[in-house]
Amino acid sequence: MSETIADAGALATANGTRVQEPRWRVIARTAFPFAVVLGLWEITARLQIFPPRLFPSLLDVGATFIRLTEAGILPRHAAETAARLIAGFLLAALLGVVIGMLMGRWRRAEDVFLPLVSILAPIPGIAWAPLFLLWFGAGNRPAICLVIFVSAFPIILNTWSGVKAVKEIWLRAAQAMGADDRRLFLKVIVPGALPYILTGLRLGLAQAWRTLVGVEMVVAVPWGLGWMIFGAYQFLNTDVMLSGVAVIAMLGLALEKLVFQRLEQFTVQRWGMMT
Amino acid sequence: MSTVTTAPPELNAGRDAGLRARSAARAAITIAAALMIYEAVARLEIFTPSLMPTLPKIGATLVRTLLDGSMILHAAGTLGRVLLGMALAAAIGLPVGILMGRYKAVENFFVPLVSAFMPIPSLAWVPVFILWFGLGNTVAILIVLYAAFFPMVLNVWSGVRAVNPLWLRAADAMGANERALFLKVIMPGASPFIIAGLRQAFLRAWIAVIGAEFLAASDWGLGWVIFDSKEFLNADVMIASLTVIGAIGFVFERVVFGSLEKYTVQRWGMVQAAKV
Repeated sequence: MSETIADAGALATANGTRVQEPRWRVIARTAFPFAVVLGLWEITARLQIFPPRLFPSLLDVGATFIRLTEAGILPRHAAETAARLIAGFLLAALLGVVIGMLMGRWRRAEDVFLPLVSILAPIPGIAWAPLFLLWFGAGNRPAICLVIFVSAFPIILNTWSGVKAVKEIWLRAAQAMGADDRRLFLKVIVPGALPYILTGLRLGLAQAWRTLVGVEMVVAVPWGLGWMIFGAYQFLNTDVMLSGVAVIAMLGLALEKLVFQRLEQFTVQRWGMMT
Repeated sequence: MSTVTTAPPELNAGRDAGLRARSAARAAITIAAALMIYEAVARLEIFTPSLMPTLPKIGATLVRTLLDGSMILHAAGTLGRVLLGMALAAAIGLPVGILMGRYKAVENFFVPLVSAFMPIPSLAWVPVFILWFGLGNTVAILIVLYAAFFPMVLNVWSGVRAVNPLWLRAADAMGANERALFLKVIMPGASPFIIAGLRQAFLRAWIAVIGAEFLAASDWGLGWVIFDSKEFLNADVMIASLTVIGAIGFVFERVVFGSLEKYTVQRWGMVQAAKV
């Protein structure tokens, strides 16, 4: 999918084409733009162009961040969001890989699922949130259902194309060498489709993450970063909201660095492909 | 690369037509079956009918809202916000991406910022933006801008860097000035990436605008209709709006970006490089 082009670009710099540069320079170079942006923020806040309640200084945000972390409020919100993400994503992965494999192997399954998937996939997941809220009640259930729903599509579609991309000739060769169905599946189809499946999982997780934060604002969950930001908005606690956004940024960055880029590097190295 | 949009190469052409006819028939049966199951569940009133309306009721609502023009106005409001936000994202993202691709200093400045801000889902900013800009259009447009900006920038940047240096040197040797180099070599060379960026930006923007409209309720917009219907338990209006959202998304993805690609990238023979 087109998403990969952007990620490939990001990867190229993450790997660092300029390895010979001393470490402190790399750090300084990376820190500089943040210093500029944060500096501009601080100046704007200090000049009080906007009311400080709406545009707090970074020191206030930092203090709130530390206070909320020490009180255990931020970690709890973050943990619940992460738990929802992981639970929903794992179920979606299971469901998506199984359906995708079936679609790739049996034409009948393909004919049944493909029309449904192609009709439902273009609807943004978040648009279902109010409907899911009506159907499943408030709380965790609609949130997790929506995460499953949203991340299953890229996983299904990529698994399906991966299984279809396994070359006919590999299958025939394995069969000719006496592979039974089990072996054919484990030794030929799964490894052949794996790069696509991994791409699908990556896209699905990214999709789930982007949707989950929004969903938490709409369906009333007791804990969760999206809900925290939305709750703070009602009391004009901008410092709390920005602390929430900061935690979201950290989680997002951790996902990006620890999961997506690892997966991508793994597939690129192992199979030499940019998918 | 294209894992989703194109079907994998099918078997040989002779069997193909027959198989395709059978697939189409099966597809029709599946969709009919899915609709019938829905209808049966709705008729059995497992949920209250207001939460799970029957298909004729949804159809009637869709036709009614389309005819009295309200659905069209809502769709126009949402589309307007998306297009305006995307235009802003392109207006900022294109120059920034090109400069990033051409000048190391610009790249060094923007790459860390982009990689830090991109993983923040745009919807996380909605409440913050509402506080700053008040309810209404501005928030939705800015959220679209935020969602669309990063895929734009990253793709333009990769596109400019992916231009074959040999072409640049060749054009240089043939006496191209900066302007010609830019218009005739860099832009066409980067175009597959730019179009991929637009496409990806639209996908994200389309999600973001719905979420933004939920919360930053103005009075028009498909997201707003859905969210507002929740208060009155008008599930028929919600599902009708969902259909419209899906239809517009589908049309943009297939028709608009498909033809955009056909008329630029494919005509210039860049399609192997793109393969989106």
